[in-house]
Amino acid sequence: MSDETSGVPASRKEQPHREIPVEVVGRRQGMFGSQDSGDTSGFGGLTAPIALPGASSRPYGGYFDEVADELEGALEEQGLVVTDVIEKTVVDRGEATFHIAREHLLATVRTLRDDPALRFELCLGVSGVHYPHDKGRELHAVYHLRSITHNRLIRLEVTAPDADPTVPSVVSVYPTNDWHERETYDFFGLVFEGHPGLTRIMMPDDWLGHPQRKDYPLGGIPVEYKGAQIPAPDQRRSYT
Amino acid sequence: MSTEYEVGARETTEGRVFTVTGGDWGDVVEAAARADDERIIVNMGPQHPSTHGVLRLILEIDGETVTEARCGIGYLHTGIEKNMEFRTWVQGTTFVTRMDYLTPLYNETAYCLAVEKLLGITQDVPERATVIRVLMMELNRISSHLVALATGGMEIGSTTLMIYGFRDREVVLDIFELVTGLRMNHAYVRPGGLAQDLPPGAVDQIREGVKLLRSRMHEYDKLATDNPVFKARLVDVGHLDLAGCLALGATGPILRSTGLPHDLRKTDPYCGYENYDFEVAVADTCDSYGRFLIRLEEMKQSLRIVEQCLDRLKPGPVMVADKKIAWPAQLAVGPDGMGNSLDHIRKIMGTSMEALIHHFKLVTEGFRVPVGQAYAAVESPKGELGVHVVSDGGTRPYRVHFRDPSFTNLQTMAAMCEGGQVADVIVAVAGIDPVMGGVDR
Repeated sequence: MSDETSGVPASRKEQPHREIPVEVVGRRQGMFGSQDSGDTSGFGGLTAPIALPGASSRPYGGYFDEVADELEGALEEQGLVVTDVIEKTVVDRGEATFHIAREHLLATVRTLRDDPALRFELCLGVSGVHYPHDKGRELHAVYHLRSITHNRLIRLEVTAPDADPTVPSVVSVYPTNDWHERETYDFFGLVFEGHPGLTRIMMPDDWLGHPQRKDYPLGGIPVEYKGAQIPAPDQRRSYT
Repeated sequence: MSTEYEVGARETTEGRVFTVTGGDWGDVVEAAARADDERIIVNMGPQHPSTHGVLRLILEIDGETVTEARCGIGYLHTGIEKNMEFRTWVQGTTFVTRMDYLTPLYNETAYCLAVEKLLGITQDVPERATVIRVLMMELNRISSHLVALATGGMEIGSTTLMIYGFRDREVVLDIFELVTGLRMNHAYVRPGGLAQDLPPGAVDQIREGVKLLRSRMHEYDKLATDNPVFKARLVDVGHLDLAGCLALGATGPILRSTGLPHDLRKTDPYCGYENYDFEVAVADTCDSYGRFLIRLEEMKQSLRIVEQCLDRLKPGPVMVADKKIAWPAQLAVGPDGMGNSLDHIRKIMGTSMEALIHHFKLVTEGFRVPVGQAYAAVESPKGELGVHVVSDGGTRPYRVHFRDPSFTNLQTMAAMCEGGQVADVIVAVAGIDPVMGGVDR
């Protein structure tokens, strides 16, 4: 028996490597996270991954299972492969996040809005998040959807690489996202394809860069306070 | 051509542009129409008294009729969300309080609820802190609605309504000043609880304030509710039905004016709202008049909630017990306003090295928040105020995004105004009640 030869119990062998369900988006160094001066604590060599909560398995709890069942059923009816559309589902702190493949976003939100058992009538906009170290998925677009009919709230998350920063626009389904997508484009450079008029909304039209990306500096000047020079906020000693 | 207004014209790549100062709309439109150009685009704002701050309305008009309307926003963008990524979690409250400056306590509470959710201490926030949060928020709802009524009244020529509104708002602001030290930009609600407890005499002043405000509520009814001139300006103006509201994401009084009693305090209660006895105000007129009636009724309901809060106040802490999160500083009112309590500074500097180290670490470095993201929403006077907070496990927010109701509601301006009269644009925008500090952030 192979079990005896390798000395590994059969139950472990059947699941050769159980993937740790986390999503690493960065790395933290040292004891205190200070970067601008030497770490004299002796723990300067520590590194720890920054890992977002990983995929959850069923049951998700609460109404999340019902939403997932209905959504999966409706997607299958449309001839879509569920695992292609929903990359993973994360349930964390009482909130469910469905990670949707960007090419299927529009079909998903239309289903979520129109299916009588889902009926997420209200989209609460889109919030961009930039993870420069999440290679190949640097830009995240996060949508919150509220169902007034069923009194539910879920979150959708879509990612796009910096090299191809495009996500389909959901304005055709949720017109409210018109300004929200313009804001996210303005601040993150995420291009919402199919938006009726994707222009900057907060920054001047001729502004260069997208200010809320992590590679865009905050800027600022030193100020004098009670006789001392206080450096600009992003130049101060900090512990991230 | 001698007139009391002046029309300056210059040629641009967009066509002929007129700059008009003074005069009556009728004359302005007539003069512009004489210029043999059928399409007239009027820029209203960003510096116009009736646009609620630096809002720019771009109106295409045909005679007195608005054929197309667009908003230009961003004049008050201050990069608050970006700035918060460079400050500690606690410092975040001092930023968010400045977003929608008429609803500072809602911004603070929504942000703190999201941070508390990330920390997993939602259940640990002391009862007294939660009751005071509700109390302050409901007082804030009254002051915000009073400004909405006051400025809305002023814009249609009812300066009495303006004087009444600002007079009564002063009652609320005096309470805020007593409790938080400031009339606005309070930074009173902190992750884990409150900056400090109610000062002596606050409960009495709030009770008296509630009594005074309640005795004055009927004045608005007398002055405006059945006033034929007021109704003539507001009824059927700024029409937006339920389907339009949901498509455009409008919440708050705009959504409730379509007859849908959607209020997060009832549907998705936070801060223990399920334990308070109050009604959700609705109207079925879908217009500015309905929104006015809703605001009036909501103020009366808020007074009820404030009284219930006062009855519920029990002595106790106002900050979580976890010393790794609870802000160590103590505040006191000094000669130059609210600041660090000198007694507390003397104590930690002079008697306890450990307290000093703890204070120093928590104030300079701050606490760490576990990795993850959270969304918290409160029913602000303008609608659903949502906060999306992301943490990378550090001492500063990785990303904070505010879904400000003013921002979303302002999108409905075009749907409400197109096809209507120029004068009705003012009424419709007043019914939306946008605050540009919240819109632009």
